[in-house]
Amino acid sequence: MEELVFYAFAILAVGSALLVVNLKNTARALFLFFVTLFAMAGLFIFALADFVAITQIMVYVGGVLILMLFAFMLSNKELLKALQHIPGRFLTMPNWQSLLLALGFFGVLLWGVVEWQQQTPDWIVQNIKQGNVIQPHDNNIQQLGLKFMTQYILPFEVISVFLLMVLIGAAHLSRKEEQK
Amino acid sequence: MITLTHFLVVSACIFSIGLYTVLAKRNAIMILVGIELMINAAILNFVAFGRYDKINYSGQVFALFAIVLAAASVAVGLAIILNVYRHYKTINPDQITDLRD
Repeated sequence: MEELVFYAFAILAVGSALLVVNLKNTARALFLFFVTLFAMAGLFIFALADFVAITQIMVYVGGVLILMLFAFMLSNKELLKALQHIPGRFLTMPNWQSLLLALGFFGVLLWGVVEWQQQTPDWIVQNIKQGNVIQPHDNNIQQLGLKFMTQYILPFEVISVFLLMVLIGAAHLSRKEEQK
Repeated sequence: MITLTHFLVVSACIFSIGLYTVLAKRNAIMILVGIELMINAAILNFVAFGRYDKINYSGQVFALFAIVLAAASVAVGLAIILNVYRHYKTINPDQITDLRD
């Protein structure tokens, strides 16, 4: 039962991601990207990371996608030029080359996973032996809060300052130039 | 029982799709979507490995940091895209060829 739901989420994530890539209409692709992110959040729950899943939904669906839709609508001329085909010069490659590269990379990753399957890292084996594995009935969110405020306080502060910098930088970049 | 391999294979699929999007699309917003897909695959790996580390919770903590970084990159990236669009009237990276007027 558990595996069936996992496979359903995995197929939903991969299938909607493939559709996102193949759709010509950018607005539809962006709305389908919602589905991919929701399915990824479901997969996070299967790894017993409920707080990360909720954060994913709040940050991505509430923030990032709205921002992307705004940017898409503000640069809407592109909609008319979707059929125009320009041969790529330096950043984008022809479709078949990028497909080849992506498939090759996928092959390398899969090969790594298959090779790795025989030898689990020592720390995982040790933690399984000592029972230091997150269980479904653990109080995840409380533990995470404690860790954030004690062990990971420095990265937490660094990332808050970084977020402030990003906020100021984005506001500065997107302001209107005043006429001299 | 869902093993680590399941998660790794799914995230390999998502990462490759993201890589294809970044390489093949001629639209800056879709390239950002591809980058987000790749970051999401990385977060899935973080979370899947973090399940086996109850003492430090490092996987989930750094997954949250990665989500914050992804959101920050999207905010700055979209601001840059809007500026570029205002200047060049296109968001095709191939047509944006010079740094100044």
